[in-house]
Order: sequence, then structure tokens, then C-alpha cells
Amino acid sequence: MNLLTATFYDISTAVKAKKISAVEVTNFFLTRAEKLNPTLNAFTHFNKNAVIDAQKIDAEIIAGKNLGPLAGVVFGIKDMLCTKGMPTTAGSKILQGFIPPCDATVVARLKNAGAIIIGKLNQDEFAMGSSNETSYYGNCKNPWNIDYVPGGSSGGSASAQSARLTMGTIGTDTGGSIRQPSSFCGIVGIKPTYGRVSRYGIIAYASSLDQAGPMTSTVTDAALALEVICGVDEHDSTTSNKSVDLFSKNLTTNIKGLKIGLIKEFMAGQSDADVEKVFSSALETLKKMGAEIVEVSIPLTEFAVPMYYLISASEASSNLARYDGVKYGYRSEFQNLSSLALDDFYGQTRAEGFGPEVQRRIMLGTYCLSAGFVDAYYNKACQVRRLLKNQYIEAFKKCDVIFSPVTTTPAFKIGEKSEDPLKMYLNDIFTTSTNLAGLAGMSVPFGLSSKNLPIGVQLTSAPFQEQKILNVALALESVSPVEGKTPNVY
Amino acid sequence: MIDEKTILHIAKLARLKINSKQAADYGQQLSKVLNHFDQISKIDTTNVEPLISPIEANFFDDMAFREDTAKNLFTAEEILENAPDKMGNLFKVPPVVG
Amino acid sequence: MSIDQNKINNEVVTEIQNHFIRGYEAVIGIEVHVQLKTKSKIFCSDSTHFDAADNENTSPVSVGMPGTLPVLNRQVVKMAIKTGLALGCKIQEKSVFARKNYFYPDLSKGYQISQFNQPTCEHGKVYFYVGNSKKIVSITRAHLEEDAGKSTHFGQYTLINYNRAGIPLLEIVSGPDLRSAIEAAEYAKTIRNIVQYLDVCDGNLEEGSLRCDCNVSVRKIGAPKLGTRVEIKNLNSFRFIEKAVDYEIERQIDTLDSGGQIFQETRLYDPDKNRTVVMRTKEDDDDYRYFSDPDLLPLLLRPSDIEKMRAQLPELPLEKLERFKNQFSLPQADCEILTSDRNLADYFESAGKISNNYKSAANWVMGELLRELHQNKIEILKSPIKSEHLAELIQMIDQNKISGKIAKVVFSEMWLTSKTANTIVSEKGYTQVSDSKAIEQIIDAVLLENPTQIADYKSGKTKVFGFFVGAIMKQSKGQANPDIVNKILKQRLESK
Repeated sequence: MNLLTATFYDISTAVKAKKISAVEVTNFFLTRAEKLNPTLNAFTHFNKNAVIDAQKIDAEIIAGKNLGPLAGVVFGIKDMLCTKGMPTTAGSKILQGFIPPCDATVVARLKNAGAIIIGKLNQDEFAMGSSNETSYYGNCKNPWNIDYVPGGSSGGSASAQSARLTMGTIGTDTGGSIRQPSSFCGIVGIKPTYGRVSRYGIIAYASSLDQAGPMTSTVTDAALALEVICGVDEHDSTTSNKSVDLFSKNLTTNIKGLKIGLIKEFMAGQSDADVEKVFSSALETLKKMGAEIVEVSIPLTEFAVPMYYLISASEASSNLARYDGVKYGYRSEFQNLSSLALDDFYGQTRAEGFGPEVQRRIMLGTYCLSAGFVDAYYNKACQVRRLLKNQYIEAFKKCDVIFSPVTTTPAFKIGEKSEDPLKMYLNDIFTTSTNLAGLAGMSVPFGLSSKNLPIGVQLTSAPFQEQKILNVALALESVSPVEGKTPNVY
Repeated sequence: MIDEKTILHIAKLARLKINSKQAADYGQQLSKVLNHFDQISKIDTTNVEPLISPIEANFFDDMAFREDTAKNLFTAEEILENAPDKMGNLFKVPPVVG
Repeated sequence: MSIDQNKINNEVVTEIQNHFIRGYEAVIGIEVHVQLKTKSKIFCSDSTHFDAADNENTSPVSVGMPGTLPVLNRQVVKMAIKTGLALGCKIQEKSVFARKNYFYPDLSKGYQISQFNQPTCEHGKVYFYVGNSKKIVSITRAHLEEDAGKSTHFGQYTLINYNRAGIPLLEIVSGPDLRSAIEAAEYAKTIRNIVQYLDVCDGNLEEGSLRCDCNVSVRKIGAPKLGTRVEIKNLNSFRFIEKAVDYEIERQIDTLDSGGQIFQETRLYDPDKNRTVVMRTKEDDDDYRYFSDPDLLPLLLRPSDIEKMRAQLPELPLEKLERFKNQFSLPQADCEILTSDRNLADYFESAGKISNNYKSAANWVMGELLRELHQNKIEILKSPIKSEHLAELIQMIDQNKISGKIAKVVFSEMWLTSKTANTIVSEKGYTQVSDSKAIEQIIDAVLLENPTQIADYKSGKTKVFGFFVGAIMKQSKGQANPDIVNKILKQRLESK
């Protein structure tokens, strides 16, 4: 069995049948990851106990225990999720050395299903970024061309998965942070409906927008991982009671008669030629498979980026207030503690612990919530958000799934956009509205640019309709032009 | 253009220590970003209730509640494990002046 | 269960006379923070038990660790609704939790989860008496929030304990309706009594389960606008509330009279020097940047849920007081004592019901029982004499089985031994002798031994009667029925 191309189902079946041990699988990926990671800087930490964890799985199998669908499957976890006993930094200096006393619910569920966590993955600091260039732990590279960004904020997840340093990864998506790096690195990434996956143990950036999701090599793997991590959680009041379908069992490539919606406002020539080409090709493929193409109009998507940044920065300014050097994490070195004013203690710790983009967004968010401005910015954005959601609800009356590009361009060069915050923000025009409306969205690879960089296409569904986009994605994957292609670093 | 006084006030609210140069930079960057975002003021939102979360509860049945049972699942030591400074099982910080 | 606020027991209620001081009127509002006595905290399962070691009652949630989320305690909601109803409030069908953002070491998340624009309870009112005058105070709102941890300052450093962080609080805000220090203290007592009655709070100011902040301002009599208000904190007894408010009113009047200005500030009460001192000024106030907490869904209640709780409300202190007055014909002062504590009121009523003698029950409770409880520093629920036992004692008196005087002895024995009255009386042979023949014998014997005193009595020294009674009681070991003794003794002396 080729571990580099085996699916979750292949591996867990083989491990349970004792055809291969979990230890063997773990060692394979650890060795590979340790070898390639210095080039990519995808992993920021390797689990010292990974082999021991794998041994436990093997022992349970020998003891005849029934293990879950991910037995022996190796995962990397974005450093935004708490992992018990393993450092969790959110890509920031202010959490350097922080070791959570418990796992995030997502991590616990993966482990319960038999998965082995081999390490923590690099990301933009506090998930604020689209290129992994704001990480305190250094830039992460795109395996297709190491001069290029892997995307962000789940850059480490995308890079590691693309170079197959692991079997599966988990990322988080607040405005596109799973979908965009998945597209830039040529992998599958899905952001579930808001409320599907517990946020307990996931370091909060923007509470009403954050969701964790799998970033994998295949649609089937993504579907299986999704099944495992979805479901109501008593530790998170914002999880939904809606029952979780067996996504992987219900997968089908038959999309005859399915209505595919194209958002008029996204077809206005924003994307570059390479992206247009891949997108059109995918559209043709869908038509050939019998899908019906429908035009929908969601005018407020034009304001998705401002809404997203006003709301996420506001929530973040509050969520990040807890990083104050008191209970955990980084604390500034002070000469004379006893004569230090409390505000200086906070001010210096936070100014030293947070990177410039995070500080910028905290300032922005604080401003948007402040007396005199809250109505014009935060409250207004929330009102427009409701109107945007309503427009999506209307659109989904006309179609089953919305189809669009993921980003306007393929991956860009490291350093190319990092000087101008606004320019970076405007990358997100196709992805942020999904989070604002609480919908499910995914990226599936479907081509390469003229520079041999991956380009994905985006599928969006109404809330709790993940099965539909998984099916369309599977259909596209089955005839994907990039099937079998691998990045330079592999 | 957001002036320095406002930036310093915001930085104080956010407990971020910044110098004059940083205040000027932030002022410029925030102004640019907010100018761009001002476009949402054009949208008519009369009588529209703000959307705070995509999950909107229904009555009791859908609501997440906890039963009133006490469970201390962590020891004080575990909770203080990550403390930058402590004394016994108490978190230690500079004196709170005033 | 509603009380006609204007007429109680057909008395027309008089409004409290205006209380003016040196040409000024004081305007006072009070915020009471009520710690709800749930077993676990409002947003996480940490124990609320008071007797915990440093940071023992904590978890990642209450210490604000990354990735943690709040989940609302159902019991907190029930207690808030009960209290709101008892305060006459409208319970909002939709209320929302909001974040109050500010930095302080004992605030682990850098924000407090509270309620802002849409609190759970609004627009209520309470009333109480000052003397015979009735005072009505409006309740603007009552909202839920979490308590912060405790910081202890040591000069060179500060230590933080998060055991208290996350304990549920109901903040009750009155309208600016109070006009004197006495009214302020009485209002606080009224709130305390209500929350104790509902069993939602221990109501202990010294321990901090009930905390009062007073907002005090003054204005010239007849002035349309309110004066600048000053907040006073750290008032941990009703007496301090009264003294602090008194001092502050005088201080503000002194300041204004001498041409000075009142600044909006927070002051602390210093009980040793009986004065208020500045804690912080308005300039230091943060902009709290309130916004609805996206981690918690709005609290939605059906009218039927609210009505169900209204039906479950116990009788409130003042309702009970009125009922005791009317039903048992007890004086106001007695009713105030009996209803001052719900458990005491229940005890009294139970003893009265079983013995069918409420007046006697009231006297025993207010007299012997309260004395023993105070002396031994025990609360009523831990009394070794249960209400049914007291009732039995009362019945024995009413059935002439023992005299009132002996009953007091029996009571003390009951307290010490926890035995019933019946047991003690039969064991110790305390049964009152009501047999006329037996008493006649004793009386005759005593009279025989004291011929001089008989002569004294017959010559007009009526005091001697007492001497005879004393001797007879002594002879009978106190068990002779005093009424019968008096009757027969009189007869015998008359016939001599």
C-alpha cells in the first residue's frame, strides 16, 4: 500500500486488520515530515508521544477493541486548536510555551476515532492573515514553489497536506482560511456550516465566524473526517442540534439535475486569466455531468469584505483581551515590578507579544466598538450581515449549490502583498460572505496556473447541506485535470 | 484621517503600548481601511435587526443549558501550570496601584 | 398573589414625609449585587463552595484560557426569574448577554459577561415601612452577570484567586427614589429579606453574598435637575449604609454651600473614621464597548414558563407579615420579628398550627427560643427543639398539665436533651397537680404551720397572700396548679 496515496478508509481498514501497524504509519509520516519540514516550515511542533499513542492504538486492536473510522490515521492540527500536553501558540509569541490542560473537542473526537496527532501546524498569527506571513514562527512555504505563499491563515495545514507530510490536517476558517490555502496548495478543504463543529478549545479569533474543518487530499477523506468532528457539544452553546449525516457513506458523483448557482456579482471579471480558465473548465465539466446552471444575484456580496473586517476585528479585539501576561503565556521582562503601573504591565506585554497585524486589528476592532463609532461600524455591519444572509436564503431557493472561484489569483510570492493591509484584505472577496451568512463552503482543486501553481474552485451550500457540496466536489474530483499531480516538494 | 489623540485613546483602551511613530502609522492605516469600509453606510438598514450569530435559538428546546452540578475537573496546580508568576496557588502580578 | 399597594388591612397608607436637610433634598439610588446560591458557577461547572483552597474552584473556562466558552446554568435563570417576579418586574421574553470590556487582573477574560440593553428583568417595584409610613421604590432593572475573582494587594505585588470568578450575580438597580439614609438602609434590608425568602441568596453583607453600592446626590429643594451623583462602595453592613449615606449627604451639602463643586466619582466608606474617601474619578472610567456576546444565544422564555414560576413563588416577607397580622391578630412589631427570617416564620407558623395557639407560639418563639438561639449562636434550622415539640409544650400548658413556670424549666431541658416535653414531664414528675383534694391538703398543712401569718393577713396585710402561695408552691415542688391554689387559698383564708 502506498502510504502517500492511501485514503483514510484504506489505512484504518488495514490497521484494524493488522496488515499494517499504526506505529508503522506514524513513523513513516514522522520521518517524512521531519525531513521535509525544514524546507516548508509547515509544522511548528512535533508530538513527542506520537509513537506511544500509535502503540496504544495497536494494543487496543490486538486486545480486540472496536476502534473508530480513523484508526491509525495520522493528523496534523493547526496551532489554533488546543492539544493537551502539546504547545498551542496560535502562531503567536504571546502564547509561546502555553500547554493546554485539555484537548479541543475536535481533537478529542479525532483521537476517539483512533487518529494519531503527529504535530501542530503553522498559521498566521491568531488566524489573521491570508498568507502565513504573520506567524511568529516564520513563513510557511507553498510546496508547489517555495518562493510562494501557501495561503492563510491555515498555511501550515495546506502546505503539510499538499506535500503529504501527514495523512490529514485540521484548519480553521473565519473568512476563507481553509478554502483559500486549500486552493493555493491544491488540496481539498471544507468549512462546515457554522454550528456544526464545536469551537470549544479552538482559540477564538471571531466567535461568530470561526469554524474548524478538515483539509485533506481527497473529498472522501474530507467527508469522513467531517462526520467524526461534527455534532453538538455541551461545551459550546453555539453548536447545533442538527443530526450529522454519514457524509462519506452518502457520497455520490451523480449530480444530474442539480442546480448550480453562479453569483452574478462574482462574474464581473475580478479574477485573473488563469483562474478564469480553470473556473470555466470546471463549469463545463459540471454541465457535461448534467447539472443545471442558474444565475443568482447577491448584491450585498460587494460589501462582504468591509462587513467581515469590521465584525471580525471587533470580536477579536474582545477575544484577545485575555492575553495579558497574568494567567499564561508571554509576560514582558520588567526591571522593577513593584513600581510598575498596571496599564504599563499590560501595554508592554501585549505590544511585545502581538505582531503588527494583530495589533492593527485589535486597534481597528476597539475603534469600531468604541462609544461614538459603534453604531456606524459594528452595529451597522451586523445589520447588513442580516440582509446578506437573507439574500443567500433567497438565492438558495433557486439553486442547490453555489459555484464560484476561491480567490482572484493563484498563490502570490512571499512578501508581495504584506506591505499593504488593505490589499491583503481584498483577497477575500469570494470567501468571506460564506462565513458571514454561516453557510458551508469548500474548495476542490481543479487546475494549475501558467506558473504551475494550483487553482481550486469553490462550492457553497445552504446551512447543513454539506452533502450537496461534497457530492459536487467528488464529481469534479473524479475527472480532475490535476489528478496524480504532485508539488515540487514531495 | 484619524488623529493621534484618538489613536492613543484607542491604544489605551486596548492596552497596547505604542509610540508616536506607531500612532501615526496606525492612524494612517486605519483611516485608509475605514474609508474603504465606509461604503456600508450607503446601505439602507432601517428596522433591520443586527445578526450577531448565524445560530439563532428557538425557545427552551433549542437552547444550550447546563444543569447545576458542581464539578471541579482540574486541580489548582494544573490551572497554575502555565502561570508566568505565582505564589503558592495564587497568580502573581505587579501591585495594582490605585 | 398581589398586594393592594394603597390599602393594607383597610389602613390608608401614608407616604413618607419629605426629608429635607438644610434646604436640600437628597436623591439616592442603590445597586445591589446578589450572589445567587447555585452549586456551580453561571457559565461553567466549577463549584461555588465558599470553603475552597486557593484556586481550587477553577477550570480553564473561569480562568479565561484560550478556546474556552461559556454555557449557561439553568438554575441561574430560574433564580433570576423568581427574583424578578418577587420584585414585581416584567420578565423579558428575550434577553441578551453582553460583554463589558475592561482590563483588571481579577477579570480573567478581559471582559465580564453581563447584560446591557436587554436585561432579563425590568420595571418592578418594592415597598417597605419606615415607622408607619409606607415607601415605594421602583426597580429599574435586574440583570445577570458573572462575578470577578479576588485580588489581594501586598504592596510589592498582588495575588489573584479566581474561585469567585464566574459566580452568578443578579444586579438589582433601583430608581433614584430614596430620600434619606434610613430609607437607603431599609431598602437594602428589604431586598435582602426578599432574596433570603426566595432562597436564592444567603443575603450576608459581611461575607459579600449581598453587596450594595449607593449613588448619592443632593439638590436644592424644588430644583428640577438632579445633582451630580457620587457612588459609594464597600458598604458591608446596613449600619454602614446608613452612616455612609448620612455622611455623604452632609459632605455634598457642605461642599455646595461653601461654593464648591461635586465631582462624579467613586468613593469608599471608611468605617473607622466614619467618612467617605475618593477611590477613583470619572476620567479613569473606561469605555466598556458593550456588544452582544456571540458565544451565548439570546435567552428566550415563553410566557407559560414565566407564569409557571410565578405560581411557584413562596409568600414574600411583607405579604407574610400582613397575613400574620390579620390571620393571627398579632401586633405589627411582633410580626416584624417573626417574619424577619423565613425559617423562623415557618417555625412559628408550624408551632402555632399544631398547638392551635398562635399567640402562645409567638411569645415562646420571640422569647425563650430566640434567646437560646442567639446565646448559642445557632440558626433556627439547627434548633434542637423542633416546631412540633414546642407545639406539644404549648398544648401541655393549655391543657393545664403543667404551669407556665414549669414549662420554662421543661423548655430548658428540651433544649439541652432534645427530649420531648411529655418525656421530660413524666420522667421528672413535673405534671401539674390540679387535684383539688391534694392541693387542699397542702394548703391546710401550710396554714397550720403559719398561724402568725394568718393573723397578719386577717389584719389587713394582704401581701402575706404571696408568702402563702410561695410556701405552697415550694411544698408542691412548683407543680400545684396556681389558679386552683389561689382559689382554694382564698376560700380557706376567708373562712378563718
